[in-house]
Amino acid sequence: MKRDILLKPISQVPIFKVTGLFIIACLMVALLSLATDFSPITTAHAETVAAADAAHDSGHQEAVLDLSTAAPKLKREDYPSVGVSSRGLVWIVAQLHLFFAAFVLAVPLFVLVIEWVGMKTKDARYDDMAHEFMKISMTAYSITALLGGLLAFSLFLLYPQVMGYMMRVFDSQVLVYALLFFFESAFLYIYYYSWYALRYGNAKWLHLTIGLGLNVVGSTLLVIANAWATFMMAPSGVDIATGAVTGNIWEIIKGPLWNPVNLHRFIANIAFGGAIVGAYAAFKFLSARTQEMRAHYDWMGYTANFIAILAFLPLPFAGYWLMAEIYAYSQQMGITAMGGILAWLFIVQAVLIGTILLAGNYYLWSGMSRTEGSKRYAWLIKYIAMVLVACFLVWVTPHTLILSANEIKQLGGSHHHLLGPLGIMPAKNIAVNLMLIFTFLSFQLYRRADKVATVSYAPALNALMVAIYVVAIANVIFAGVYYGYFTNTVYKVGSSVMQVVSTLIVIIAGVTIDAFLFKDAKKLPSIWGQVTNRSQYALFALPIAFTWLMALMGYVRSSVRTHWHVYTVMKDNSPDNYVPAIGYAGNMMTIATIIFLIMVLFIFWIASLADTKQANPEEAQS
Amino acid sequence: MTRPYPQQAGGVLLTVLAFCLGLTLVFTLIANLLPQVEGEAPVEKEVDLGALTMDSFVALGETLFKGKGTCTLCHNNMGRAPDILASNMVQDGENRLKDERYKGKASDVEAYLRESMLDPSIYVVKGFGKKGSNDSVSPMPVVDKAPILLSQLEMDAVIAFMQAKDGNDVTVELPKEAPAEVAKTETSTAAPVESASTPEAVAAKYGCQACHSMMATESPVGPSLVDAKSRLNKEAIRQSIIDPAAVIAEGFVDMMPKDFGDKMTIRELDLIVDYLSADAAAPTPQDAVATTSTTSTTGENQ
Repeated sequence: MKRDILLKPISQVPIFKVTGLFIIACLMVALLSLATDFSPITTAHAETVAAADAAHDSGHQEAVLDLSTAAPKLKREDYPSVGVSSRGLVWIVAQLHLFFAAFVLAVPLFVLVIEWVGMKTKDARYDDMAHEFMKISMTAYSITALLGGLLAFSLFLLYPQVMGYMMRVFDSQVLVYALLFFFESAFLYIYYYSWYALRYGNAKWLHLTIGLGLNVVGSTLLVIANAWATFMMAPSGVDIATGAVTGNIWEIIKGPLWNPVNLHRFIANIAFGGAIVGAYAAFKFLSARTQEMRAHYDWMGYTANFIAILAFLPLPFAGYWLMAEIYAYSQQMGITAMGGILAWLFIVQAVLIGTILLAGNYYLWSGMSRTEGSKRYAWLIKYIAMVLVACFLVWVTPHTLILSANEIKQLGGSHHHLLGPLGIMPAKNIAVNLMLIFTFLSFQLYRRADKVATVSYAPALNALMVAIYVVAIANVIFAGVYYGYFTNTVYKVGSSVMQVVSTLIVIIAGVTIDAFLFKDAKKLPSIWGQVTNRSQYALFALPIAFTWLMALMGYVRSSVRTHWHVYTVMKDNSPDNYVPAIGYAGNMMTIATIIFLIMVLFIFWIASLADTKQANPEEAQS
Repeated sequence: MTRPYPQQAGGVLLTVLAFCLGLTLVFTLIANLLPQVEGEAPVEKEVDLGALTMDSFVALGETLFKGKGTCTLCHNNMGRAPDILASNMVQDGENRLKDERYKGKASDVEAYLRESMLDPSIYVVKGFGKKGSNDSVSPMPVVDKAPILLSQLEMDAVIAFMQAKDGNDVTVELPKEAPAEVAKTETSTAAPVESASTPEAVAAKYGCQACHSMMATESPVGPSLVDAKSRLNKEAIRQSIIDPAAVIAEGFVDMMPKDFGDKMTIRELDLIVDYLSADAAAPTPQDAVATTSTTSTTGENQ
């Protein structure tokens, strides 16, 4: 049956359709880039080269530079106008492409793990679920490719000089990217369509190997594309004065922010992908017409939520690393993000992450109704909820308030005497670490709900676990209060490391202790499908908040360059070279998010349509 | 009790879509409720050197300090870098020149201030060096290089501002060469400097009407400013704002905040002084002398 693919005209086979589209897009991009590179040198570029040549001739240049690769100094008239905001157009298209790209790169990562678990446990449910996850990402993949082509066209059309410079800097690396996309397509379609052909025995290993190849290529694509973004933030391998290339391609790629962004995006993609497939499971659960289907999609939703939250927990630490590297590269850039014009965005970030954690916790608490054993822990939930809400409120407390003179007079200053101290980072660090610790506690209780420990040392391990929680929480609060409010700035930053380590210790110790505690444990009955419909909406809240959060943080990452295309090297003189107000940025994020969600729901609907079969009217009559 | 198999896929789709839109709009609403500030990119313009006074040069320095120079990103009261606005930079400069940790070649404060902008590591204030450098390397960027790119004229204006803001003599000479390009005053990527644009806005921003009768409001706490112009000339009004304890009006106690000179921008101070002294008698010769003598030190008001 699978061999039918070889019998169809090539244009009717999806793999060739999409790959063909992508190749056409790549060729056009390559042609455009060549056209930009070899077209008669434009005024701006010619002026830059002439100026650099003059400087060179007069002996001002110490080293010999390849001035043909210098960054052009652009004027307003160097930017083509299409009647609407160029930045707005590119913003939406790029954001949509990144949403889909993150999804299609992430899904094969955890699908491979799930498939491997299925093979090791010989539980076909895992294998079927992994295949279903892949089915969702297949439609998304073709949309990603189309949006990628659209983005490239938009960039070359609206920012030809910027793209020309980027092409001169990255040179043939761009073609490597295009070539890898071809391999990605090949691996992806072989992996998906050979699923049932290579399901058992050694063939399964071959299939897993194809999946591994898919992920290696996918991750390589990710880090190559990251290099473009991080080069624009913190350029390396070029002369800062002229922008001319001085290093090899590796020196250009490996800027100071490359690895932090790689790690952050890698983890974030998994959390995002998990959240999206969780929403798919919730959608299928809500529209399921049999108990069997409800049970299946309940389990799928649980697994997806598990993936999303598990990947989400270490994400703030990757974020810390990225921000620390930004500060190390340029304190000015770091403060622009955290203490300057972009600082208010972190209030929105707090709302989004708070939504994610509250929704994740709510889903876990709801899921505990699947087993009678959860009653042992039900009393704790209200306290966890109280801590989460209190921490959430601390996190969203702004540092400064916009007040009238009369309000300042009534308040006695621009900071409230009680709430003011909650607006600074030490308070927020305490809040976020406690939220993570208590989210892990919810997760741990959920995992324990259907088990009864039988090992003799269970009381000792339980006591140890409680002690670790108490010490970690005390440490997080002490480090935040003492070092945050009673010492100088240097110690404030150092204390956040102590807090992060405390949180990580809880997570690692919790997983380790439970592994020993529930060895040969007695399993209590757990009924999949026995959850409320309301709980499924938590699975929708997660991807909505994740999507908006991705848009928000991507905006912050890009905006720290302020009025530079390539920070310190190539100025942005376009009509959109200002940092927009938060409201405008929020509206753009919402537009991108809503378009994305509609497209995702369309994908879900298409996926469910594929399962629908029309009854044969003739058979019905007979 | 929940219905076990409630809806068709289409119905679920619409319900979910409504939920998604609702939640997304909540996030949008929050973003729109927060303070809306745009960070404008520097726009280059020419300075008319013929019309440049020391007052406007110092004002330009302040604008650059808080705008294009992005100095206030770090040099503020948050402890990221020495709080220049709260320090007398001339006194500090003299002390640093005598300090054995000073590694530069300057012999006077003006040269030191210029040197510290071009090579910030010549003297690093204790506790503010790069991590692990034992306060020998400054994290401050060089101001004439990207991304700041201050010109020579702009650096001089910033030095003039730093000297003038605490009442010290300005030693920087007004530029006399060909017109140079400088940044527009509203330029800022730092936290926004929201300067009031009318006398009413200045009075509201600093709460003047809370104590003084003015602008159709009455308050008995401080002297009425309705007739300020009949009692004080322009410079006296300016001084009474910057240094209110210098002369206490009869029948009133010394309770006016002393930090308006630090808080107000030059533009705001000019606006409120002009407003209060409007329709005043023609300047006396004494006034003219006062004005002339302050052209080089008007920055002390800041």
